Amino acid sequence: MELDAKVPAGPIETLWDKHKFDLKLVNPANKRKYNIIVVGSGLAGGSASATLGELGYNVQCFCFQDSPRRAHSIAAQGGINAAKNYPGDGDSIYRLFYDTVKGGDFRSREANVYRLAQISVEIIDQCVAQGVPFAREYGGLLDNRSFGGAQVSRTFYARGQTGQQLLLGAYQALERQIGAGQVKMYPRHEMLDLVVIDGRARGIVTRDLITGKIESYVADAVVLGTGGYGNAYYLSTNAKGSNVTASWRAYKKGALFANPCFTQIHPTCIPVTGEYQSKLTLMSESLRNDGRIWVPLKKGDKRPPNQIPAEDRDYYLERRYPSFGNLVPRDVASRNAKAVCDEGRGVGESGLGVYLDLSEAIQRLGKHVIMERYGNLFDMYERITGENPYEVPMRIYPAIHYTMGGLWVDYNLMSTIPGLYVIGEANFSDHGANRLGASALMQGLADGYFVLPYTIGDYLATSKQPKVDTSHAAFREVETQVACQTKRLLEIKGTRSVDSFHRDLGKLLWEYCGMARTAEGLRYALDKIVALRAQFWRDVKVLGTGEELNQSLEKAGRVGDFFELAELMCLDALDRNESCGGHFREEYQTPDGEALRNDAEYSYVAAWQYRGEGQPPELHKEPLHFDYVHPSQRSYK
Amino acid sequence: MRITLQIWRQPNAKAKGRMVRYEVPDVNPEMSFLEMLDVLNESLIAKGQDPVAFDHDCREGICGMCGFMIDGVAHGPRRGTTVCQLHMRHFKDGDELYLEPWRARAFPIVKDLVVNRSAFDRIVAAGGFITAPTGSAPDGNAILVPKEAADVSMDAAACIGCGACVAMCPNAAAALFTGAKITHLGVLPQGQPERYRRAVAMVAQAGAEMFGYCTNVGECEAVCPKDIKLEVIARMNRDFLKAVVTGRGTEPQ
Repeated sequence: MELDAKVPAGPIETLWDKHKFDLKLVNPANKRKYNIIVVGSGLAGGSASATLGELGYNVQCFCFQDSPRRAHSIAAQGGINAAKNYPGDGDSIYRLFYDTVKGGDFRSREANVYRLAQISVEIIDQCVAQGVPFAREYGGLLDNRSFGGAQVSRTFYARGQTGQQLLLGAYQALERQIGAGQVKMYPRHEMLDLVVIDGRARGIVTRDLITGKIESYVADAVVLGTGGYGNAYYLSTNAKGSNVTASWRAYKKGALFANPCFTQIHPTCIPVTGEYQSKLTLMSESLRNDGRIWVPLKKGDKRPPNQIPAEDRDYYLERRYPSFGNLVPRDVASRNAKAVCDEGRGVGESGLGVYLDLSEAIQRLGKHVIMERYGNLFDMYERITGENPYEVPMRIYPAIHYTMGGLWVDYNLMSTIPGLYVIGEANFSDHGANRLGASALMQGLADGYFVLPYTIGDYLATSKQPKVDTSHAAFREVETQVACQTKRLLEIKGTRSVDSFHRDLGKLLWEYCGMARTAEGLRYALDKIVALRAQFWRDVKVLGTGEELNQSLEKAGRVGDFFELAELMCLDALDRNESCGGHFREEYQTPDGEALRNDAEYSYVAAWQYRGEGQPPELHKEPLHFDYVHPSQRSYK
Repeated sequence: MRITLQIWRQPNAKAKGRMVRYEVPDVNPEMSFLEMLDVLNESLIAKGQDPVAFDHDCREGICGMCGFMIDGVAHGPRRGTTVCQLHMRHFKDGDELYLEPWRARAFPIVKDLVVNRSAFDRIVAAGGFITAPTGSAPDGNAILVPKEAADVSMDAAACIGCGACVAMCPNAAAALFTGAKITHLGVLPQGQPERYRRAVAMVAQAGAEMFGYCTNVGECEAVCPKDIKLEVIARMNRDFLKAVVTGRGTEPQ
């Protein structure tokens, strides 16, 4: 299969404008004749549904939660980047583009990233117009801050709840279209498969989570905005319901899955306390602006932190990276935390934690300043841990947070199945091997508000599809498959709960396909995953029936897909014999322990094609070219 | 620690429900309330009994999906805290707790502790937005927003739509929820053109959904996990009244 990214030719600054002009349009009077299915209602899916509705298309939007406002975009804290250069500190579209390509460790597509930087400015305008209450200066202008070690202040924010406010903006626009009858909303509906007719995406099969009814929906194009797959690790900062099922079923129907091993581990999360732990909570990395990270110098030093004198502390990030110090990128900070804990110097009961200490900042700036800056985060920390962070340093540890990999898409955001579009975190596109802080919100909204609504029109205008409805045999066939899988899960009647399997899978992935990976470990994990998966299908215990609200059954289906995805993640990690961004292979590092890329052999997108049950997937490569930002070794020393 | 739970079990919307007693013998004080329910469910599954259904998603107190009554209080005893962020260290060994779903005519029970809150979405669809089609926006800094207005707006916009306000209100009113959205948008310059129309449409929809009317009891504010203030109800009432008196918010016939 030839992977054609369909990037137009020409100078990078002109590509998107020229491309928009070249795209075919759908006559306004004809738009209502087209049906579009959007799965997911987060920043990407919600904004896309609203915009497509405004344009006049008939939209059907699906989400598994009880309301589109619950999508996990809502939990993003820090902010959203935009190259507005309001502070006049030297930012520009080109600089945001440059930073994002470099931050992604040269594994993203330049043309996509440039477009993202261009659109970033329109996103802020759109959100302000919708009434997103961004932070303001006293003069009434928008406030900006620096975030994630960026050298310019380009991050817009709404307290520590930027994701919530942006999502509510998209949700309100979506509700307006629902009220106007342009969008029909299907909450508590989970997509369980994609329907492909004559090689084109023509619909989906869902399960109504309340009644258990398996239903078919037909459309002229299908859009997936179904988020990332971090929950493969069981413990992550994702919401409990976040899953890979929609993407995975599309993969099994012929969409290529790109760079599955590119996962992001966030350095500042609250550590695990016990086996019952159900999820991990992120503490915004803005805390690293004023906090110092340390562990005891000596192994097994169990003194309370306040009794450990400065000479017995190791401020390891400041020691190793004198110029960036505590503000090194996420992947670097995470790996170093793991390293000191592996040496036996970790803190807290489990030994898997490091101190994030704001005591000096409190002394220097006063408690009130710290309270103003981080009050809500300190409250959250205290609520979860029962410790007062104004008095004792916080304990943090890395956790899975975001997945850069996802379904492969071309410049138009279309997957390798014609008519199937993938937007937001669900696609692989713009972040390469590592995402920068405050860039996920930007990408989700760029795709949903400003890219997809243009590109999908071209497909609809040019594809000339025959009329089909849900009585088509292809829908019957997929419905039967879906019903069979549900039945199969219920009939196993084994001895172990779904969660117990999921937890074991998560531990394997975290250990062998997490922060540091080796060929040997990955091979071991692959064997174990296959065995565990076989055991799952033999011994899982799902009670109840398929004709009711059955949360165990929902989880079982999702975990079944995570098992298959986990295998692909390990295969991809094993195939990529280099270290880049979030993918760190211990065999490939510089003498001082930094990621060592291999541009000569691995400057490509690894896109995997499903070849059938029991068959190894086939690797296709999309070569990456860097005509503007030339690959260099990232250095934060 | 050992906790006894009395939980409302109801197989579906039509079935009759009842309280059922469960023991959770080994509760770790570091657990969240929902993690304790996870542990209970694992033990029920092991015994072949139907696990307790409850809504939850982000478990960080922001998505608004979780929520039930603990001993008659929405989201339990801690102020400004959703049940997913409520930890067992705030309870004592031997406590017996009563868990019930949100109870309001506008929130029909789906199963056990799960209710249907779609009525909230319909209130927003009726007018809880600013009409700003994609691509039509002026530059972000073309509209100056006084910091004070942005702060009042943000305080109200923090609402997570969990429904605790309705569940706790003796009238099952949705005034705090509706008022929060009317305030969020109504204090911003961008929200002025539709201000009165919005108030009329949202209040009318809340009535149509069979929510009750506000009598200023204040239970909603007391249990709101995001500390939304009663002030938003006053703002809603003022906008609504002004619209009705002047006829500004109603569509020309």
